[in-house]
Amino acid sequence: MIFIKDDLIPQIKNEFAKLTGPVKLVFFTQEMECQFCRETRTLLEELKSLTDKFTLEVYDFILDKQKVEQYKIDKIPALVVEGKKDYGIRFFGIPAGYEFSSLVEACIAASTGDSGLLPESRAALKTLTRPLQVKVFITLTCPYCPQVVQLANQMAVESDLVTSEMIEAAEFPQLANKYGIMGVPKAIINETLVIEGAVPEPEFIKRILQG
Amino acid sequence: MPLNLPGLDLKIAAVKKPESVDGKEPYDLVIIGGGPAGMSAAVYASRKKLRTLMVTINLGGQVLWTSDIENYPGYQYITGQELSKKFSTQIAANPIDILMPDEAEELQIEKGQRFKITTRNKREFTAKSLVIASGKRYRMLGIPGEKELLGKGVAYCATCDAPLFAGKDVAIAGGGNSALTAATDLLKIANKIYIINIAPELQGDPVLIEKTRDPKVELLPGWRTAEIKGREKVESVIIEQPGQQGKREIKVDGIFIEVGLDPNSEFARGVLEMNDNGEILVDCHSRTSVLGIFAAGDVTNVQEKQIIIAAGEGAKASLAAYRYLLSRRD
Repeated sequence: MIFIKDDLIPQIKNEFAKLTGPVKLVFFTQEMECQFCRETRTLLEELKSLTDKFTLEVYDFILDKQKVEQYKIDKIPALVVEGKKDYGIRFFGIPAGYEFSSLVEACIAASTGDSGLLPESRAALKTLTRPLQVKVFITLTCPYCPQVVQLANQMAVESDLVTSEMIEAAEFPQLANKYGIMGVPKAIINETLVIEGAVPEPEFIKRILQG
Repeated sequence: MPLNLPGLDLKIAAVKKPESVDGKEPYDLVIIGGGPAGMSAAVYASRKKLRTLMVTINLGGQVLWTSDIENYPGYQYITGQELSKKFSTQIAANPIDILMPDEAEELQIEKGQRFKITTRNKREFTAKSLVIASGKRYRMLGIPGEKELLGKGVAYCATCDAPLFAGKDVAIAGGGNSALTAATDLLKIANKIYIINIAPELQGDPVLIEKTRDPKVELLPGWRTAEIKGREKVESVIIEQPGQQGKREIKVDGIFIEVGLDPNSEFARGVLEMNDNGEILVDCHSRTSVLGIFAAGDVTNVQEKQIIIAAGEGAKASLAAYRYLLSRRD
């Protein structure tokens, strides 16, 4: 394999022992003008080969309009990690580097349907009444970033009102510019609330719920 | 790895979900910190079959911010991410409990020479012995504009944030190894790099100085960063020469502050003896001023702050804790 080196395979298989239900990876790509589309697809194909619980669907961002609309995809490479249902987990840009952990964790959470959040976080999310869209800007070389991406993904699994997007800032410079991303991790919630840095789970959820 | 993509990193399986870490029974050993010192301590503790908990923000510590490592024996060249992964894979071979991400917030001594650790997420654990290896964090300059523009062009983690400055002009405050490492990270990405260094000469290793010799890099020796300016984001930095008239304004989109580190020892303040820099005092057997509490790595007053030295000190502290536990017999 090109991306997943031999020494990583036993570790991944060990993690995949936690999978209980099927995982559907829905990937959006296009042939031209996409920096890491091809690499992301290869990475996903390699990951899929390590378990029989995964299916991989590949759609063209231009041609498969219906799917693009269904999953609300506005840029590529884009990945949806689905379990029994679409929990609202999206990865925009390649989940390599430190974010590979986030990808594996997202697959496990989607497969089991268990967010793994602290009991008090779960209780707090039950009080949610409005939709929350959490965008997490990251770079692949940022060791603090997966913590925030994973937290957002866990929240999406826990609550139907939460959607979570990882956005790799270097692959989407216009977007990074629009949101003024000059440091990562940076989470933007419902386009207005900004949380900078790797904030611990209780504080992160408290700040989001306070709005 | 093809292209410029970093290698894949996977958090090791030994890391448990926070709620599944059992805090009811006291641990033989609690290790605070997961850098080279803490991870070496973990390897030794698990081989001694001590019931061990590690509380840490991440596995790797400062090594994770280091892009290239060329002075760790056994590896002529390795990235910080890869070296951390090798350390953590070794821990996974003889697993211990790892609470992550979390950090120590308070340390109390209880009766029977037991130690109570309260974490930032308000978890409580009791330990018969401790190895404190909580390392260091970036030091701030303490100048106007620094706090206000944090995350808006003021950066402390070059490995994290360098990719966001593609084609931009940036400044680096500092002239030691971390400043030079930041410069080498930025060389591949930025348009122009100013190194603002208060000393007349760069203090970093000659090997690194060599690497930053590039037309993109402009050295400003003997200058000090006095102010960071900008409204929504960093627009310029004001620099001055100590004891001299006249300031200069340099237009930059960002500034990486690499002026040294402060120890993560606040939680032990008032409990353990420290030097004026807040480093925990240890003797040559890794003992602190409190019986049963050991410390290792960059959080201590051990002179050299190096990965190999922190790793060695971590092993020493763990073995010292083991000897101490044998002598306690409870």
